[in-house]
Amino acid sequence: MSDEHGSVFDGLLGGDSSQWAFGTDFEDPLSGVDTTTPAGVNPAELAAYCLMLGDDALIMSQRLSEWCSRAPDLEEDIALANMALDLLGQARLLLARAAAADPGVLPALPEGSPVPPEDALAFFRDDRQFRNVRLAEVANGDFAHVVVRLLLFSTARLALLERLRTSRDQVLAAVAAKGVKEVTYHRDWAGRWFLTLARGTEESHRRLLAALDALWPLRGELVAAHPLERALAGAGVGVDPATLGEEVDAVLDQVLAVSGVPRPERGDLAGVGGRTGRDGLHTEALSRLLAEMQVVARAHPGGRW
Amino acid sequence: MNADRRATASRTPGTADAGRRAAEVAGEVRDPEMPMLTLADLGVLRGVEVRRDADGSDAVIASITPTYTGCPAMATMRDDLVHRLNDAGFAHVEVRIVLDPPWSSDWISERGRAALRAAGMSAPGPVPKRTGPVPLTLGPPRTAPPCPRCGSAATRLTSEFGATACKALYRCTGCLEPFEHVKEI
Repeated sequence: MSDEHGSVFDGLLGGDSSQWAFGTDFEDPLSGVDTTTPAGVNPAELAAYCLMLGDDALIMSQRLSEWCSRAPDLEEDIALANMALDLLGQARLLLARAAAADPGVLPALPEGSPVPPEDALAFFRDDRQFRNVRLAEVANGDFAHVVVRLLLFSTARLALLERLRTSRDQVLAAVAAKGVKEVTYHRDWAGRWFLTLARGTEESHRRLLAALDALWPLRGELVAAHPLERALAGAGVGVDPATLGEEVDAVLDQVLAVSGVPRPERGDLAGVGGRTGRDGLHTEALSRLLAEMQVVARAHPGGRW
Repeated sequence: MNADRRATASRTPGTADAGRRAAEVAGEVRDPEMPMLTLADLGVLRGVEVRRDADGSDAVIASITPTYTGCPAMATMRDDLVHRLNDAGFAHVEVRIVLDPPWSSDWISERGRAALRAAGMSAPGPVPKRTGPVPLTLGPPRTAPPCPRCGSAATRLTSEFGATACKALYRCTGCLEPFEHVKEI
């Protein structure tokens, strides 16, 4: 091999990509979108807020995608993959929006690295820099586990996105407007399966109760306000999750009542010194998830995919 | 509203012809996942503008919007627009993303709906208008689409998620054939 042709693959990258069935190059998901930070809002705070919502979507998406090829039947396999894809799309825009608001959130990469901002945030941050709720990160269990997790997650996220549609930040408002349509399907899917498992066999009922018992303590974090969320809600940019509690409870109570399942009485999982996922304090499960999700990208920080 | 009409060219002085041609070329680009539809029929192509650059050449700015946030076909749509416009003689093409307002299945043109039916797929009904919180739906969807093959109204939802983000799976209990339905969003 001559020096000019160091790799047989060099010729495949760059230039005309029409030889590919799908585009090969990265695109800016916010190309042409106005990413000006609204007046009176601290760009660093806006970026941190976008990371919270973006990381929720990204980590939940990763857990859902682990279900690919493992669901009870093909339709549910496709459903889980579709929901993972919706959330990945939301994560991509939200992480790109975070980087556009404050490039200071970006982890350092080798000079000339072609990794786009949203990928840098997804693949090159450490666990303590992730700001997702812990419900999104705990390891997968059985099918009842993913049904309960999605019900809790999508009920809170739908309520949040419905309010976020009026955000003063144009990107957040646009992501929310579309996200409401998507997450409506996620919540319905989870609600129907919850009902099916509750009324199914003795075994499905038992598994559903076990999953509900295990995940219920993580529910509180979805409707607890971090100071940053409260501040951005005050600025007309974000949503204070504490204001969602009643609406979220009403939906969950409806599902529980129809299913004949009593509301669990377990308290919330404590944080560490009051700090939780929103502060970067996570369970061990996130580190393992990130190890798998990030390993290839980190091994090739100058790679193009 | 007719989706074709939205993809009209702006008439920058001296580029009216180029604008018309660019809109025509872009208007013929097809959706990579549902090739019976053009991007214009699908309502994804939001605009085509031509700008005369300082060097005297015409640059095309095409705007597209994703059907779903995670739609993986966006890169292909962008590349297809760029290549077709390049082939038509426009050397400079920029594809921009429009996020607001979000895509709605109501934007699929009449021609697009006919093309879907001709391909054995069910076109979306009107998106329900609602105010207040999104209601939870624990039962099957209130209205099931008629079978695109035999016209029977006796159809059953198999899954609200299909081979692409924008489609649900149904089965006709009359002719027993499965079919894809473009979701109302």
